[in-house]
Amino acid sequence: MKMLINVPETVVADALRGMAAAHPELAVDVENRVIVRKDAPVAGKVGLVSGGGSGHEPLHGGFVGPGMLSAACPGEVFTSPVPDQMVRAAAAVDSGAGVLFIVKNYTGDVLNFDMAAELAEDEGIQVAKVLVNDDVAVTDSLYTAGRRGTGATLFVEKIAGAAAEAGQPLERVEAIARQVNENARTFGVALSACTTPSKGTPTFDLPGGELELGIGIHGEPGRERRPMMTSGEIADAAVDAILDDLTPRNPVLVLVNGMGATPLLELYGFNAEVQRVLGERGVPVARVLVGNYVTSLDMAGASVTLCQVDEELLRLWDAPVRTPGLRWGM
Amino acid sequence: MLDADFFRRWMTATAASVEREAERLTALDSPIGDADHGTNLQRGFRAVRAALEKEPPATPGAVLTQAGRLLISTVGGASGPLYGTLLRRTGKALGDAAEVDERQLAEALRAGVDAVMQLGGAAPGDKTMIDALVPAVDALGDSFTAGRDAAEEGAVATTPLLARKGRASYLGERSIGHQDPGATSSALLIAALVAASADTEAGGE
Repeated sequence: MKMLINVPETVVADALRGMAAAHPELAVDVENRVIVRKDAPVAGKVGLVSGGGSGHEPLHGGFVGPGMLSAACPGEVFTSPVPDQMVRAAAAVDSGAGVLFIVKNYTGDVLNFDMAAELAEDEGIQVAKVLVNDDVAVTDSLYTAGRRGTGATLFVEKIAGAAAEAGQPLERVEAIARQVNENARTFGVALSACTTPSKGTPTFDLPGGELELGIGIHGEPGRERRPMMTSGEIADAAVDAILDDLTPRNPVLVLVNGMGATPLLELYGFNAEVQRVLGERGVPVARVLVGNYVTSLDMAGASVTLCQVDEELLRLWDAPVRTPGLRWGM
Repeated sequence: MLDADFFRRWMTATAASVEREAERLTALDSPIGDADHGTNLQRGFRAVRAALEKEPPATPGAVLTQAGRLLISTVGGASGPLYGTLLRRTGKALGDAAEVDERQLAEALRAGVDAVMQLGGAAPGDKTMIDALVPAVDALGDSFTAGRDAAEEGAVATTPLLARKGRASYLGERSIGHQDPGATSSALLIAALVAASADTEAGGE
């Protein structure tokens, strides 16, 4: 597999150096692997810190900026960052109003953020945590690691970020983040596996003519493999899997998210099918976002996330945001 | 009796086998995980080895707590906190003693394994590192060789299991038929005890 890299060992550091050069409004600490809003800490404002393995860009570093995250901690490719990074990020963004950790539900992320929260509290920083677990492809039970955090992470970071920017206190920002997660569900499909730089070959073998349903964002195979389906058939399967689990009474935000290697042409076509299914099922749509936001390296495929919103959440979604990956209103 | 130098050799031998087996660990992690277990442990144990070469701590307990801290700071993922906790808690259980015997090590390791079970929430049979570590700790009372054999058998025995914890659990039934990478690396850690004590019998390095 050909990749536009120097050596696998430095891909994360190289990307951070490039990010620093492209975004002077961010403070990028390449050595300690922390990306922080340059104006942090903002007086009186709750700090929002997220992080996770690299390979999902623009998540999370690309969502740092006014109206969204205060700081992000990138780990190695598909590997949770370490507690030292999160403690450093928390210390950099805490204005005294406390810090919210936004954690995708993976064993590694949960363990490292838990350790970091303890260490940060030892340093006198008030920390709250919100777990994102929106992936309906995983059976949520006591006997699994639980549902994965995927596309809803973008909604949580944007909406909680707007609440924090508006000066809401930590308990309120945490409650809003939790409300977004509880009202969001995702289903993803892969048309190809992805290739991690360190391994150099695809993480699983997906023969031509087949697709994986119910994938995550780490190149792990899904729960089911089927003969290739059309965009319309995939939209039916994805939306119905979500609606089996969520019955929206309010309008929904829709994220049609590319996994990394699927062209926007296909994503927009897929979105047309997603909108058709939502119409057929009688689900009112408030806003639609189409693009590559929560990716899985060079995987081809897409995920659909629906997030039911009330008036307050919709207002926070519409609030101005200025980050490398998401920008409107400012 | 086992002194700080034995524990240093244990960690160095583990680092060497992680280097040797990194590709295999990553290959085991591909069908049921995300193909990085070997790489991540390699990064962590390289840091452990470098620190030990610089200035090895004076007691068995301190060697393990330092190694555990370094793994937490460098590995990331689930393996970092889990392996880090295993070594830190084992080290803490050994206290400040300058030398410990095999029985004390086995008891301390049991405390470490209990801490890992508490942190990760896994029980025996969930297809995790616990499936190698629990039988190993039970057998270590007999000898290091018995511990190594039990760990290796435990790792192999994860193949038919359905994963209930960690990333492999997302696959449901499809996790069956693959040996667990974490149990496999745990068996390397236990096997390194044998290598470390062979060094003593041969008169050290």
